[in-house]
Amino acid sequence: MDQLSGGEALIRALHDEGVDIIFGYPGGAVLHIYDAIFNQDKVEHILVRHEQAATHAADGYARGTGKPGVVLVTSGPGATNAITGIATAYMDSIPMVVISGQVESRMIGSDGFQETDMVGVSRPVVKHSFMVQNPADIPMVVKKAFHIATTGRPGPVVIDIPKDITDPKIKFDYEYPREIKMRSYAIPDKGHSGQIKKAVDALMTAKRPMIYTGGGVIQGNGSELLAKLVRKLGFPITNTLMGLGAYPASDQQFLGMLGMHGTYEANMAMHYCDVLLAIGVRFDDRVTNSDVTKFCPDATILHVDIDPASISKTVAADVPIVGSVTSVLKEALAQIQSSNQKVDENSLKVWWDQINQWREKDSLHVTHCEDGTIKPQQVIQTVHEITKGDAFVSSDVGQHQMFAAQYYGFDKPRRWINSGGLGTMGFGFPAAMGVQLAFPDAISVCITGEGSFQMNLQELATCMQYQLPIKIICLNNQALGMVKQWQDMQYGGRHSHSTYAESLPDFKKLAESYGHVGIKIGKVSELHSKLTEAFALKDKLVFVDVMVDPEEHVYPMAIKGGAMKDMILSKSERT
Amino acid sequence: MRHIISVLMENEPGALSRVVGLFSQRNYNIDSLTVAPTEDQSLSRLTLTTSGDDRRIEQITKHLNKLVDVVKLVDLTEGAHIERELMLIKVKAVGAQRTEVKRATDIFRGQIVDLTNNVFSIQLTGTSDKLDAFIAALGESVVLEVARTGVSGISRGEKVLAL
Repeated sequence: MDQLSGGEALIRALHDEGVDIIFGYPGGAVLHIYDAIFNQDKVEHILVRHEQAATHAADGYARGTGKPGVVLVTSGPGATNAITGIATAYMDSIPMVVISGQVESRMIGSDGFQETDMVGVSRPVVKHSFMVQNPADIPMVVKKAFHIATTGRPGPVVIDIPKDITDPKIKFDYEYPREIKMRSYAIPDKGHSGQIKKAVDALMTAKRPMIYTGGGVIQGNGSELLAKLVRKLGFPITNTLMGLGAYPASDQQFLGMLGMHGTYEANMAMHYCDVLLAIGVRFDDRVTNSDVTKFCPDATILHVDIDPASISKTVAADVPIVGSVTSVLKEALAQIQSSNQKVDENSLKVWWDQINQWREKDSLHVTHCEDGTIKPQQVIQTVHEITKGDAFVSSDVGQHQMFAAQYYGFDKPRRWINSGGLGTMGFGFPAAMGVQLAFPDAISVCITGEGSFQMNLQELATCMQYQLPIKIICLNNQALGMVKQWQDMQYGGRHSHSTYAESLPDFKKLAESYGHVGIKIGKVSELHSKLTEAFALKDKLVFVDVMVDPEEHVYPMAIKGGAMKDMILSKSERT
Repeated sequence: MRHIISVLMENEPGALSRVVGLFSQRNYNIDSLTVAPTEDQSLSRLTLTTSGDDRRIEQITKHLNKLVDVVKLVDLTEGAHIERELMLIKVKAVGAQRTEVKRATDIFRGQIVDLTNNVFSIQLTGTSDKLDAFIAALGESVVLEVARTGVSGISRGEKVLAL
């Protein structure tokens, strides 16, 4: 048994937990830990340029791989800078362990230098948190933290460690616990067979069925089983913003994304369905629209989720099923297989005819500009074409995020990485770093806007240090596009503090000043060739500044206070 | 409707703040709250009263159960139960008031636990309604200070909230 200090034990415990990479930023309270990092080579540390970026990078890593992301920050400002990233992970149920330094135990509560009550400050946005009281507790606390972060409905866990706990002079016998039992933490296991039977019966008798799945299917690694079920039933399926890629977008049964900026056919099918199978979703207000009483008025709702608190939170479920997505899908498939029940083919055909009629509306049709102005949608379509739809696409928040979600067409899970719940601008670029570090040979694209990008652009330095060849595609409309769109639509076009064209940097030069490549695209005629050129530079980070139509809005768009069938389809057309 | 929820939770630092934080974070109200360690020192029992329709209460119990420090909980108001609250109340007691207050205390089965020439300190146990009724019987003008513990409760019969 090795005699280790708290700092050494922490890093060893991370290694024993299977962690090979952490994202962090040093400071006074974590110096002992950083010294322990220096003296080993099993856990790689990535030095970011801002703690928020550390959390987003770890988050991107976690979303891309399914493994927990790990962050190390110092006390006080280091810890508070991490909060936005922790909240982002919390809202999207991403497994993450954040280790924060703390002032020495004897100083806690004295308003010491760089002291913040991290356990208190982070409490509303973590799944759980620990303050380590004793160096010898570190292995067990780390074990518990990873267990909690990665099981059940995943989420971020904070471990706050006072500086004296990692003191290199205080050593103890290190042993990493193999198993963990917590009497107060039970993980929902298999869904109830009787409930699954009820759901299967409802599906078999459905006349206008609809399947609506979200991030839970991706987090729960249920995509393959989902595809089996959907194909077996022959029902239409839609994915939420968080769930894109759970079902192949190129498949005929996929109706596109639903919700505020969902496709016409997906939202119409939601509204008129008579049985709704909802899996790993939380009936978020960006899906249901603001008035839930108008949501799916005719539907029997079957809701599968691992978190009992997500069920009947906003929309009451007729058949609630608490359990892991894979266990429920497996059993549902088995029940369908073994029973003699068949879906109602005749009704289903009539339903598909209706859906195909809605499809003809072609709600994602892009009207090209005659003067060579680039439509933002065209950029996403071109990126999709060049990357053969097989890139990891991280995005920031705003119009570009919606365009990416609508037009990239994700065929695989864990390829679409965006901040859906919290809507964190500045998320995309550091998340793309986490993805690139996890998959060095893959194409990691960051779709961003000139607004979001400026919220974490300091990471251009990190990308140079670690040679991360991310492709940053900036849909530059010289404004906070989504804010401006709302101001156009609801505030009489008064663009209050949403424009700043005169003060934008030259992004090409900015990228070049960090040693990267910058490309600017202004005309649609050069869009394909220059993007191809950018993606051909495999070993380089390329910042592609694409000047897009500043007047473009994201459509379809839900009409506030309406039902899902109520949409604005273009600047001149409503449902 | 008013509900009494009893929670067994780990006797750990910060556990209470997680419960209280949950209520403010999700816009649930706490009408009263009482907490102390149990016979098993590693566990605390927290009892709170809250109100809301069935869906709200369901969400409250689900979210409480999600807290990692919460081991087990019961909504006592779902079944037959015993609830008690302790009140220490200081009242003016001068001249004729003294017998009057003494009589009211006896009727409510309270005890005078301290006195001066001008003041009685009375201890009274019962349901919250009973304590309210006692204060009303005395009249606001004589009440100088009230200290109430909040509701504690236990289910009737053989049902227990334990590990």
